[in-house]
Amino acid sequence: MPILHALQETFGFVPEPAVPMIAETLNLSRAEVWGVVTFYHDFRREPAGRHVVKLCAAEACQSMGSTALAAYAEEKLGVAMGETSADGRVTLEPIYCLGLCACAPSAMVNGQLLGRLDTAAIDEIAHDIARDGAKEMAR
Amino acid sequence: MKTPRIFVPNDATAIACGADKVFGKLKDALAARGVTYDIVRNGSRGLFWLEPLIEIETPAGRVGYGPVKPSDVESLLEAGFVNGAPHPLCVGLVEEIPFLKKQTRLTFARCGIIDPLSLDDYKAHGGYKGFERAVALGPAATVEEVFESGLRGRGGAGFPTGIKWRTVAAAPADQRYIVCNADEGDSGTFADRLIMEADPFCLIEGMTIAGLAVGATKGFVYCRSEYPLSYAVMEKAIAIARQAGLLGRNIAGSGVDFDMEMRLGAGAYVCGEETALLDSLEGKRGVVRAKPPLPAHKGLFGRPTVINNLISLATVPVILEKGGKFYKDFGMGRSRGTMPIQLAGNIKHGGLFETAFGIPLGELIYDIGGGTASGRPVRAVQAGGPLGAYLPTSQFDTPFDYEAFAAKDALIGHGGIVVFDDTVDMAHMAKFAMEFCAHESCGKCTPCRIGSTRGVETIDKVIAGERRDANLVVLRDLCNTMKLGSLCALGGFTPYPVLSALNHFPEDFGAAPKLPQAAE
Ligand SMILES: Cc1cc2nc3c(=O)[nH]c(=O)nc-3n(C[C@H](O)[C@H](O)[C@H](O)COP(=O)(O)O)c2cc1C
Ligand code: SF4
Ligand code: FES
Repeated sequence: MPILHALQETFGFVPEPAVPMIAETLNLSRAEVWGVVTFYHDFRREPAGRHVVKLCAAEACQSMGSTALAAYAEEKLGVAMGETSADGRVTLEPIYCLGLCACAPSAMVNGQLLGRLDTAAIDEIAHDIARDGAKEMAR
Repeated sequence: MKTPRIFVPNDATAIACGADKVFGKLKDALAARGVTYDIVRNGSRGLFWLEPLIEIETPAGRVGYGPVKPSDVESLLEAGFVNGAPHPLCVGLVEEIPFLKKQTRLTFARCGIIDPLSLDDYKAHGGYKGFERAVALGPAATVEEVFESGLRGRGGAGFPTGIKWRTVAAAPADQRYIVCNADEGDSGTFADRLIMEADPFCLIEGMTIAGLAVGATKGFVYCRSEYPLSYAVMEKAIAIARQAGLLGRNIAGSGVDFDMEMRLGAGAYVCGEETALLDSLEGKRGVVRAKPPLPAHKGLFGRPTVINNLISLATVPVILEKGGKFYKDFGMGRSRGTMPIQLAGNIKHGGLFETAFGIPLGELIYDIGGGTASGRPVRAVQAGGPLGAYLPTSQFDTPFDYEAFAAKDALIGHGGIVVFDDTVDMAHMAKFAMEFCAHESCGKCTPCRIGSTRGVETIDKVIAGERRDANLVVLRDLCNTMKLGSLCALGGFTPYPVLSALNHFPEDFGAAPKLPQAAE
């Protein structure tokens, strides 16, 4: 697993051609390695968006309105939960508990933790991502 | 005169609420004034509703200010917070805050007080006293001390830790392992995270004592990937301990050899189950194994393995330092010692409350937690994570104790309590429990894998009002099948949140509300 984590760190996902190479190095079958990649929710088989927004969907965050907030985020970011926008700008995904349950709802945005989320915080996230997108267009 | 130290938490919750920005702002503002202060990045006290909680040393003790926003820094400095002066955010002496004062902090005694990565701080606050005593006692007596303490596994199952250690110590082997379960997947829990971020050496010491006790020279911490900060702090602490000769060969001249490594999970809840965790550590899919063989006999790489929850291991140093009898004197019935209760969700004062077993649930929610954050009435709490039951307010007299909860078909689990106000839809929560099970199932048992998906569909039909009575019968049947036909608690316990929601809140499922006297 440390190898898979390292690959994902470098490429943002686990590229399929890496699987036979890992299998050979570790003396495993390709099926075994592929089985591990597909078992864990963390490992991506495709690249994610340039921005990754993970909203906590577990119970403590639900008790503080995360379900409605997730719907708001889908609308603001223009992408459905669990998907990447067509322009590859942003991926929106659920995550199950970040251990910030006393300051719910919470999220992880590009690796940064956020607590006590509200619609204003979502607006800010959407704004930052849109601004970044505009910069990319200009380049 | 030494300038007083300022403390700005370096804890995931504090950071998620802006602690890093406050730290940056404070540093700049102090520099602009041409004054230097020693700013310590402490862990957290676990009073999360106050985070970021800045503290300053004063002759009377540490005075706190919180929750601080970056924009508050200027006004705090203007008010003279560095002298402990009044300010609207001032919470007074931190140790006098009732939420903290009412606690019995044994496992979490140092959290938030010390610099997590300072070994000197750790030792000045009792660190490595437990290890020294264990060395003096020797392996067998160390195991017996843990047995005597009555410590039961804090991961959920509540199995006596001393018995587990005896089994591993007695198993013949060329190599034994200590594995720390830091997968902490339950919603509403953050105790493991707090130890890793606020007092990492405590876990290192606990695992070292475990190694000494059962004759294991190697340990692994399996940390969930949702805790990147915990992982980073632990890695640093391990490197520091190794440098100081507290990990490796002949630790502090004691003749004990022990070393440990961090391992990162990959977002699978079921990997918190001990046999799935061991498979995952070996680099495989995290599929639950049938027991026997027990991990204590055939664990990691087929060797006898102590696998304990992080809190179980982090409680070992204080047990060894103060003695098993000291620890055992806290608590009630067969639940001995203290439990870090984690108050979460819709609660005014959310955070970690370590206390002796026996405190009634209602006292925790209202007196300690201050009721809901929304200010609306409490409707239900879920105790013990996603596999734990929902309890209505009529059960709030239940004491926090393994057996008392079990008698109500409820779980203490890892000590998490999630509070919901009266806007909660319990049919929706029941459906979520099934969805979570379907999402996280390791796939080995049909009732868990397929049953949970059928459960989601059935609850959907009930919610839609489609043949409601018949579908509720189907749902109960399904729950029964899952309880009986599942290898582990994921499939076996998911029925508890589902059935408790249905039994206590039938009106949310479109059924007639039950009469108040039929509460039990
Ligand atoms: C689905 C599932 C998830 C679990 N998750 C955890 C976990 O996150 N942390 C933990 O310590 N134990 C967890 N457990 C319990 C472990 O299987 C095991 O009982 C525990 O690690 C033993 O340590 P203890 O005796 O110190 O509690 C889980 C069990 C199941 C069935
Ligand atoms: S109950 Fe579910 S998670 Fe547990 S072993 Fe069976 S299929 Fe796997
Ligand atoms: S439930 Fe959302 S952070 Fe724990």
